[in-house]
Amino acid sequence: MLALAGLVCGFIFGLGLLISGMTQPTKVLGFLDLFGAWDPSLAVVMAAALAVSGIGFAVIKRRAPLLAPQSQWPTRTDIDGALLAGSVLFGIGWGLVGLCPGPAIENIATLSPRVIAFVAAMAAGMVLHDGLQTRRAARAELAAAGATDG
Amino acid sequence: MTTFTPLSAAIGGALIGLAAVLLMLLTGRIAGISGIAGGLLSGSSDRAWRVAFILGLILAPVAGMLAGDPMPAPVMPGSWAIVIAAGLLVGFGTRRASGCTSGHGVCGVARLSVRSIVATAVFMGTAIVVVALTRHVWGG
Repeated sequence: MLALAGLVCGFIFGLGLLISGMTQPTKVLGFLDLFGAWDPSLAVVMAAALAVSGIGFAVIKRRAPLLAPQSQWPTRTDIDGALLAGSVLFGIGWGLVGLCPGPAIENIATLSPRVIAFVAAMAAGMVLHDGLQTRRAARAELAAAGATDG
Repeated sequence: MTTFTPLSAAIGGALIGLAAVLLMLLTGRIAGISGIAGGLLSGSSDRAWRVAFILGLILAPVAGMLAGDPMPAPVMPGSWAIVIAAGLLVGFGTRRASGCTSGHGVCGVARLSVRSIVATAVFMGTAIVVVALTRHVWGG
């Protein structure tokens, strides 16, 4: 059931990206090109998505999900270096070609070799980050253990 | 150059918001694509719904094609090296920032999370600078 819910939600999400034109990198870049022939479409997409999800989230905020024991709302509120540095790196990549993760994965359907290369590189970037994160955590644990022992 | 399409943008945006609310209502999860994909790659134990969500995402244009409205092949600027570098940056960056356009930009901002509002302002501002540089300063 959980998987079926995932499939349906992914499909609706994909339809939204498709209908809004956000699967086309040129349309996204047209929005990011504030100093050129600006296409404000992405702002309207965001506004509509925020209106629906803002109201929807507020309504379901306190109820348990129908197919899982509990809701996993994000709990972090800190603004740390990782958030800022990660967002800068993501912004550079997004601005270079006009693809963010959702539209990139959805575009696999076109079998475009450039999209497949992009998604493979994106997956590699994710694995690289998570690998470094695990190593860093292990080193910190080792240092903490050393500190207690010493 | 693309033209402003407010109606399809509003309909598509509303569907994206609907998908995010439905996913939370049904599964209790945030519809953040980099988180869903990243969890899959880092060997998270709950793989099934993640795979299903990504499959649904890819099936949307397939359904469009079967309905006689195929998705246009994406046009990306830049060489192969730029495409691959951009992919690496997007993958690494979204995991470092714990979210992307969907997780921070839609779901986080909708919850009025300051953390997500800051992340969205930073990645959007950075992308605007990059496009300004590549299109207007360094030519193209």
